[in-house]
Amino acid sequence: MSGLSVAALTLSHFRSHKMAEMALDGRPVALFGPNGAGKTNLLEGVSLLSPGRGLRRAAADEIARKPEALGWKVSAELQSLCQIHEVETWAEPGASRSVTVDGKTAPQLALGRIARVVWLIPAMDRLWIEGAEGRRRFLDRMTLSFEPRHGEVVLAYDKAMRERNRLLKDQVQDPGWYDALEGRMASFGAQIMANRQMAVSRVAMAQDGAETSFPKADQELIDPDGNAPLDTEPDLRAALQAGRSTDLRAGRTLQGPHRIDLHALFAAKGIPAKQCSTGEQKALLLSLILSNARALAQDFGAPPLLLLDEVAAHLDADRRAALYDEICALKAQAWMTGTGADLFADLGDRAQTFEVTDDQGTSEIRAH
Amino acid sequence: MPEAPSQIEVLIALMAKLPGLGPRSARRAVLQLIKKRSLLLIPLADAIQTVAETARECVNCGNIGTTDLCEICTSTKRDRSQICVVEDVADLWAMERADVFKGLYHVLGGTLSALDAIGPDELRIPRLAERVKTDQVSEVILALSATIDGQTTAHYIADALEGTGAVVTSLAQGVPIGGELDYLDDGTITAALRARKAL
Repeated sequence: MSGLSVAALTLSHFRSHKMAEMALDGRPVALFGPNGAGKTNLLEGVSLLSPGRGLRRAAADEIARKPEALGWKVSAELQSLCQIHEVETWAEPGASRSVTVDGKTAPQLALGRIARVVWLIPAMDRLWIEGAEGRRRFLDRMTLSFEPRHGEVVLAYDKAMRERNRLLKDQVQDPGWYDALEGRMASFGAQIMANRQMAVSRVAMAQDGAETSFPKADQELIDPDGNAPLDTEPDLRAALQAGRSTDLRAGRTLQGPHRIDLHALFAAKGIPAKQCSTGEQKALLLSLILSNARALAQDFGAPPLLLLDEVAAHLDADRRAALYDEICALKAQAWMTGTGADLFADLGDRAQTFEVTDDQGTSEIRAH
Repeated sequence: MPEAPSQIEVLIALMAKLPGLGPRSARRAVLQLIKKRSLLLIPLADAIQTVAETARECVNCGNIGTTDLCEICTSTKRDRSQICVVEDVADLWAMERADVFKGLYHVLGGTLSALDAIGPDELRIPRLAERVKTDQVSEVILALSATIDGQTTAHYIADALEGTGAVVTSLAQGVPIGGELDYLDDGTITAALRARKAL
């Protein structure tokens, strides 16, 4: 079997799951059950098979089952292209997350090489109308799926920027110190912009000519001040140097990749995403996620694991059926949640269906 | 109830604060010292007493010595036209162990960190610039960590020494001697490839 899928998943003391075990066969996974039963917790467990803090952006200690707080563990058998990897990730109380791949300690970055995970959660429903931070996070998550090292570059840029911001806040007047930090920021910033532009362009190419029922979204990276985004090392360095006096007054860095916004246009109607209806906004997001998956299927050799939490919300029956058809055509292992089994009726036996229920604060999973 | 008399417990607690020692290993070390009183404990106590009275930072380079100027700075056999800049005395000792560098040193005592309020003055960078100018140094070798802070500090020093006439170089980054490519991380392989040389 090729492709990318979770073949077995075990969650131990993971939020509402005391011990959850699932055996999977590569088909999409439909999880249904009442609110608060622990469906999203399963998706969060899968999201931790990629680098970072998972789909809830939770600190390691927040994930441990309460009130025991013994720490937590996610174990998975991961089918990645033509190999099977045993992945374990866990956190002891008060400690950060650890990872082993095939029994050997590995950095989180190693997860990015064997698994690509992309998600859509209800908190992203307002992505196009809320602040730029959420869109940047979406953009960087998309970029990370193409370039696993992107996360490290973003962290390095942030560290150099925090140092510069402290100098600005303390009103330090040392041109040499600023030069040194701005040099690092410009170098990492140019890499960030190149990675982001590559991701946007790969998704755009995957949208062109795709047979899909979802609307095409034209994406663009924009500078909030209306200038052309700074994307080369010399330009970034020059802009940071020229902006020092303004930044000193503001006490923070006002230009750079950390301020770039992602804009999307509903291509068929020519209107910005933020002016679309709620359903159209969700459809645009799904369109981007599916295009991301199509592009990754070409680049990585398999579509990513798709985590689609409450995906049926805001989608009418036709669009829902179209989504399921596209996921199956992509041969992606999509993990989907919904409150009722009827939401997944169109999938039939094309998916594995599980019912998740709550029994006095502990989640139970039953194959349906 | 303590397992050892209180004064010995104080010694164990102090030993446990040393790098590489924990409470258990400190306890074992103290027990061994007491068992070998004349062979270990008394000579160690004397050595600690002497070091406590005499150890100080070299006023010129920041190395640790027992006089105002360390042995390296006062040596007539060292090449005074080269200065190797290191973060810590431990790095200086590592360079000396390799027995390949014959110049002088400058110990910064850390790296630039605005968040930790460590600036150029705390790292004695102005003193380095002064040494380069007055001692007619022709080359400054930056042997700093390949971290963001280390590289920021390296760039700062390179800027600060511009116009002094000294060439500023840095240690190469890449495949370690005896190292196998299979065990190297992506960043090291990238650095090694960028720094490749003709054979």
